[in-house]
Amino acid sequence: MIDVSSLKAGDELEPFSRTTDFHVWNRYAAVNDEYVPIHMDDEAGRAAGLPGAIGMGNLQWAYLHNVVRQWLGDQGRIVKMSCQFRNPNLRNQTVSACGRVTRIEPGPDGVEVDLEVWTQDQDGHKLAPGACTVHLDR
Amino acid sequence: MADAAEGQTRTAISADMQKVVGSELSRMVSYPISESDVRKWALAIYYPEEPPARFWDQDAAAGSPAGGIVAPEDFNPFAWLRAQPRGVSRSSAATDADSTERSLGIEGPHLMNQLNGGVSVEYGAPMRPGDVITSVTRLGQYSEREGSLGLMLFTPMETTWTNQGGEMVKRQTLVLIRY
Repeated sequence: MIDVSSLKAGDELEPFSRTTDFHVWNRYAAVNDEYVPIHMDDEAGRAAGLPGAIGMGNLQWAYLHNVVRQWLGDQGRIVKMSCQFRNPNLRNQTVSACGRVTRIEPGPDGVEVDLEVWTQDQDGHKLAPGACTVHLDR
Repeated sequence: MADAAEGQTRTAISADMQKVVGSELSRMVSYPISESDVRKWALAIYYPEEPPARFWDQDAAAGSPAGGIVAPEDFNPFAWLRAQPRGVSRSSAATDADSTERSLGIEGPHLMNQLNGGVSVEYGAPMRPGDVITSVTRLGQYSEREGSLGLMLFTPMETTWTNQGGEMVKRQTLVLIRY
């Protein structure tokens, strides 16, 4: 439960982490019909100038939503989300979706909160930086 | 890709490509969203841990502020098969870097590779089981620059989803990077 009255810029969300490889990507491909060679085959990844097969940007996108939903619970909703796919998600990386409060704006029926969100690998290198706005109920 | 004379900047954006900016690229209608679709989606994006109960447990969801199961915001109701256009579509869009322009009847930029460069979404009404979603995508304004992979062409795809009640579900801009 988020204590809205004590919320402040700089507060960090508990990260959402997953070790990523074909067992994760194949499951996502199955629900999103995303059987794209660079997500399925190291050779196809290398042919595209990448170190090997890479994870789906859409799955990074889902993880960014997961970290925010994990924090919000039933207490609010996601209003906006954006991210850029700066670095590929490689096999066996542990990807963490993270978030940090950057701005709090009280309104008549709740609070609008801006967050910096991003995914990073196990060494802290950012993969997909972005931003999110949520509405928190009072 | 358009050739550049000596001293000129090379470009991947042809005159024909400029003319089709703003054109409708696709219009799709989903089948009604099923609880099973939502459950499987949630399992995939939270794997290997159990997803939140509100995505798969009717009893838990009924007691939530949403009053029932809702789909995760990132859920895609158009995967695999759509009600319109009908039939199985084995699109080459994921592997053919010219497919965007080909779908509009013009030559593409003839770049070899493509990646999802980023996405920005504003959310409206949540998606619930039984909802039928209509998606309309338009081609945004091209831009380009030299990058680590050579000439990089940025193509925004502007998409709006609405539900059967005409409510906005989401407005999305996805930037396709071709190089």
